[in-house]
Amino acid sequence: MTSIDPRLLAAKERLSKIKVIVPVMSSKGGVGKTVIAGSLAILLARHGVGTGLLDLDFTNPGLHILLGANISSWPEEEKGVVPPMIAGIRFMTTAYYSGDEPLPLRGKYVDEVFKEILCITRWPGVEILIIDTPPGIRDEALDILTYIPSPRPLVVGTPSPLAIKSVEKLVKVLREIGNEIIGLIENMASEPGPLRLLAKKYGVEYLGNIPYISKMDLLIGKPYELTDEIEPYLRKAVNRIRSFIH
Amino acid sequence: MIFILSHNIISVNGDHTMVHEWALADALARYIIYRIGHDRKNIKRIIVKLGVLQSIDKEILGFALKEILESMGYTVAKIDFEDEEPVLRCRKCGYEWKPDVDVFNDTVKEAIHFVPETIFSYYRCPVCGSRDFDIVKGRGVDITLIEVE
Repeated sequence: MTSIDPRLLAAKERLSKIKVIVPVMSSKGGVGKTVIAGSLAILLARHGVGTGLLDLDFTNPGLHILLGANISSWPEEEKGVVPPMIAGIRFMTTAYYSGDEPLPLRGKYVDEVFKEILCITRWPGVEILIIDTPPGIRDEALDILTYIPSPRPLVVGTPSPLAIKSVEKLVKVLREIGNEIIGLIENMASEPGPLRLLAKKYGVEYLGNIPYISKMDLLIGKPYELTDEIEPYLRKAVNRIRSFIH
Repeated sequence: MIFILSHNIISVNGDHTMVHEWALADALARYIIYRIGHDRKNIKRIIVKLGVLQSIDKEILGFALKEILESMGYTVAKIDFEDEEPVLRCRKCGYEWKPDVDVFNDTVKEAIHFVPETIFSYYRCPVCGSRDFDIVKGRGVDITLIEVE
């Protein structure tokens, strides 16, 4: 009999109750995944959708800073761990446990944390789970694609030549694995640019561009103000994600 | 029939709320059923190896595991536990040591209880100070044997 990690059996059961799981991914760093993941989650919650948000960037979590979340108290325990409600969403991060300390992890330990978190975390009332991911096509990304049932990745990039080729590689990997890419967002772009062409090339829905928001740093820690600012540019993505539960 | 197994799984400890253990027990129960199937429902003995790093509460874990399996139609005659002491090895200087879990304060113990790898946040090699060490053993839980009728 093929061996399997028991945590994955429990995780699969917990995640099977969630209708849509959307990892926000990019193989390039600094393209705005965290901002988009957090904002999408808040906007979905505003539409009355039970929404969860998981920070999968274990070594460099940032969503709690974006959300202004208090990580000094730990999640409630109820036959597992139940993430607290932050800005209307159930929010889970390893920062609850590592605090402000560094959490350096080699690959195999990233894999361990991934399985641990998915096994112990319960998501009551969550219909859509948004996952913020670290850049790259490494352990976290591969764990998502391998272990999470039917993930529908949302790919984020910028018009920078440094990002375009990188994003294309991710799209290729997702296509090879057979994942349904929920769409592609072109961030820090004043108008639709090269990523629209890339989306067309691979038959991926282009979910729009988001212009560079110069006051972004002033909005960190103010999730509602941030979301108000970015909402007009995420409507298409929100509707696209919502379409999977209606 | 005896199933001899070895598989690392999650960690828990005996916190006062007595509930986090259920997540582990749930994973264990699913794994046990995955291994023995649905035809043999009388389990004579389970041996669970516990990594001491997470200060697991055997009584709570055993209770939860038995409850969950029985709720799924299985009987469990006996659950035995074996402790595995933690051993860490520094990748930088090669020093290998057995950490004294009791020196951790309650906050650190709890963090490691939920996510064992947070040991890298709170602990460093006592010789060179590096956080780049390996958990050689003593993490999580192994099911080492399932005996069914």
